[in-house]
Amino acid sequence: MSRPIRLEDMSRPDRRPLTHLENEDLIPLPAPLDDPAKDHNWTPLSEQAREKYECLLDDTCAVSIPRPKSKEEEDQLVARFLSGLSKLFSRENNWTFLQPLLLTMEHCARCQTCSEACHIFEASGGNELYRPTFRSEVMRRLYFKYVKKGGLLGAWQHGDIKLNWPMVARLIELSYRCNLCRRCAQTCPIGADNGLVAHELRKLFSQEMGIAAKELHDTGSMLQLKVGSSTGMNAEVVKDNIAFIDEDISEKTGIKIETPWDVEGADVLLIHNAGEILAWPENPAAFALILTAAGIKWTLSSELAGYDSINYGLWYDDAQFARVAVKHAEAALKLKVKKIVLGECGHAHKALSVVADRVLMGDLNIPRESSMTLLRDIVMSGRLKLDPSRNDFPVTLHDPCNLVRLMGVVEPQREVVRTICPKFREMEPHGVDNYCCGGGSGFAIMSGHNFPDWRFHVSGRKKLEQILKAFADCLDPAVPKYLCAPCSNCKGQLRDLLAYYNIWEKHRILYGGLVELIVNAMADIRPGFIEWEWH
Amino acid sequence: MTAIVYLVIYLGALAFLAGSVARAARYARTPAHLRWELYPVPHEEPERARHGGSYFEESDWWTRTVRFSLWGELKAMIPEMVFLKGLWEFNRPMWTRSFPFHFGLYLVAASMLLLLAGALVSLAAPKLLTAPVGGVLHHLYRTAGLAGAVLVIAGALALLAKRLADDNLKNYTTPGDLFNLLFFVATFGILLAGYLLRPPGFSGSLSLAASLLSFDTGVQIPGLLGAGLVLGAALAAYIPLTHMSHFIGKYFTYHSIRWDDQPSVKSEKLRRRVAEYLTYKPTWAARHVGADGTRTWADIAMANPAQEVKK
Repeated sequence: MSRPIRLEDMSRPDRRPLTHLENEDLIPLPAPLDDPAKDHNWTPLSEQAREKYECLLDDTCAVSIPRPKSKEEEDQLVARFLSGLSKLFSRENNWTFLQPLLLTMEHCARCQTCSEACHIFEASGGNELYRPTFRSEVMRRLYFKYVKKGGLLGAWQHGDIKLNWPMVARLIELSYRCNLCRRCAQTCPIGADNGLVAHELRKLFSQEMGIAAKELHDTGSMLQLKVGSSTGMNAEVVKDNIAFIDEDISEKTGIKIETPWDVEGADVLLIHNAGEILAWPENPAAFALILTAAGIKWTLSSELAGYDSINYGLWYDDAQFARVAVKHAEAALKLKVKKIVLGECGHAHKALSVVADRVLMGDLNIPRESSMTLLRDIVMSGRLKLDPSRNDFPVTLHDPCNLVRLMGVVEPQREVVRTICPKFREMEPHGVDNYCCGGGSGFAIMSGHNFPDWRFHVSGRKKLEQILKAFADCLDPAVPKYLCAPCSNCKGQLRDLLAYYNIWEKHRILYGGLVELIVNAMADIRPGFIEWEWH
Repeated sequence: MTAIVYLVIYLGALAFLAGSVARAARYARTPAHLRWELYPVPHEEPERARHGGSYFEESDWWTRTVRFSLWGELKAMIPEMVFLKGLWEFNRPMWTRSFPFHFGLYLVAASMLLLLAGALVSLAAPKLLTAPVGGVLHHLYRTAGLAGAVLVIAGALALLAKRLADDNLKNYTTPGDLFNLLFFVATFGILLAGYLLRPPGFSGSLSLAASLLSFDTGVQIPGLLGAGLVLGAALAAYIPLTHMSHFIGKYFTYHSIRWDDQPSVKSEKLRRRVAEYLTYKPTWAARHVGADGTRTWADIAMANPAQEVKK
């Protein structure tokens, strides 16, 4: 590891990154992955990328900010940053998060209690740059200097900081080195929230400067608002894909499935993360099998965004967040459904059920429910004939942060797996104390330059350690094992993470959702719904 | 001299109260933000609070009565407030320094309250303070005050040493942080020394408190003790201006953020407040936001920039 990083390094005018990580710096993984020399080498950031973009922070580049062409352009960008900073603290511009932001700015005691809770900081071997308070402290000093206009007294009391374009460029990147899992906030004795700081910085960059990770904005929320889904599927394409899945699954299971579309007055409008339809078609198929078998009157919607529950605005932009939430609610309102049920997508759960609750007013405030709850009720009601012996393999459960720590849906999915998986075991820690998969806040879909190297080596490391420890007694590849992750985003990260470390080949650990386990245990369908070749 | 000390104490107390109220009012007046709770939320029903669950674990939760467990909140709040439970759990080395400091402050505050209560009684009904009540009271405020001051000094010195020696803290420590801790050490050190070295003729703490309340300037305040009292008043006035007022901030971070799980469907008042916020006119400059200063948050939320571009 390079020399310890100091806050003032953020303003360093040279173009050298502030830090560089080697495999030896990282926390060791459990055996047999414990030899840093045998770990992957990091793909270096290309010279072209370094030349073209502001990659001044570390070994990678998440946002690809074009380099300003002149000093004047740099100064303009700094001025826009300052303008955005003051808007973050104004009622009219940021009523959405003003109170928590103010409190976090004004009351952090800098005791560093949060640091040990952060999986990124820990996995990096305690690299100062990734300490949860590092970016918060930069922002705090900027707040007291430029928003509160503290002058010399403010600098003495709160610390000084030099603002220039390299600092802003680094801060943009640094706001994308946090999974927004808020595990740090959970441990803060005062209630300060460093995750919120990363969130608010991303907002400032997006809402004022028009700067965001392209996977979240251009090919994320904008594409969703344009065609209906960030996958690029419009209503016709998604219907075709679902029809294909129905046909395929009917043939496989022997149960005739026909997914209902746009059924007015349905009890349930199910909204999947549309990524499931393309990447894990067995997931929507399993939902269709369960809901049909349970006699639920349900439907999908073909309205714009009504078939894709993702809401990337949650991670970087309040306006985009509100727009997508409104689209989801409008789809439900149009069909006059009794409730929206969110499929297996953690951030969609939190976005629509929790955060959007104070955006959706009047008729738009349609009741929203977690699929975990509905599935628990179905499984526990005895409406399905289930044979747990069909799931007679070791199973562990990953807790998506958005579903658990940030929404409090902890037990329903556990009741299900305890009922249908005789060899279920918990990860440690789990529930509200879980660790993020490392793909949270959009990282799972961000693959520019060598960013995946960072998210597998650093942000996903703690989760990989947990998974391997959960199956420590049966790592032998002769025993197939199932990592249940009821969240599309987490599955995206786990798919890539497990592949990166060849976990299927070495240990036969398959990841998948909850509904697949339920269908796999359904006695009325042909055995073997879960195919171990899905890895 | 005595009158000046009294005046400074009055002003310090007033500044503390006014500063604290102003800070609390400032936070209370901020808008009801979007929900941002963190689980566990202790006022949830006990069987759910145990595992950190929420009412979202129930199907059709909006049709059910949301129960609020005050006992659950108290069980979380009291150990946190009195014993700094979070720090104990997540940062034991810091707790060993911070807990004596904070607990010392509680003891000093308790001692002051006892003294003031005793002083009021001594002015209104002096007979009530005859032995044994007066004796017990004397021992209580004296013990709490002395123990508190010692703990504050020890805690502040330990925190100071940690801030100076610990690499994890150095990067984040400002001159103001060091000053704050030294301010506590100096104030309580001088108060303690002033009390312990009081001259034989000193009238006692209770009569000093009573004369402070009645503005009886006939009481002689020993110089060192007077200096300690003046510093204490200055410290009290200073605290609300700094992050050390986290006893105020913490109320909001817990009750208004971490534990605020109120669904809008259950609160007409909340819906009215949000309806007002949706009429605000933001000025964010990025083009996709479309905030031109005339459009409200509601207009912006209902707009679709992706399709506007298409047109």
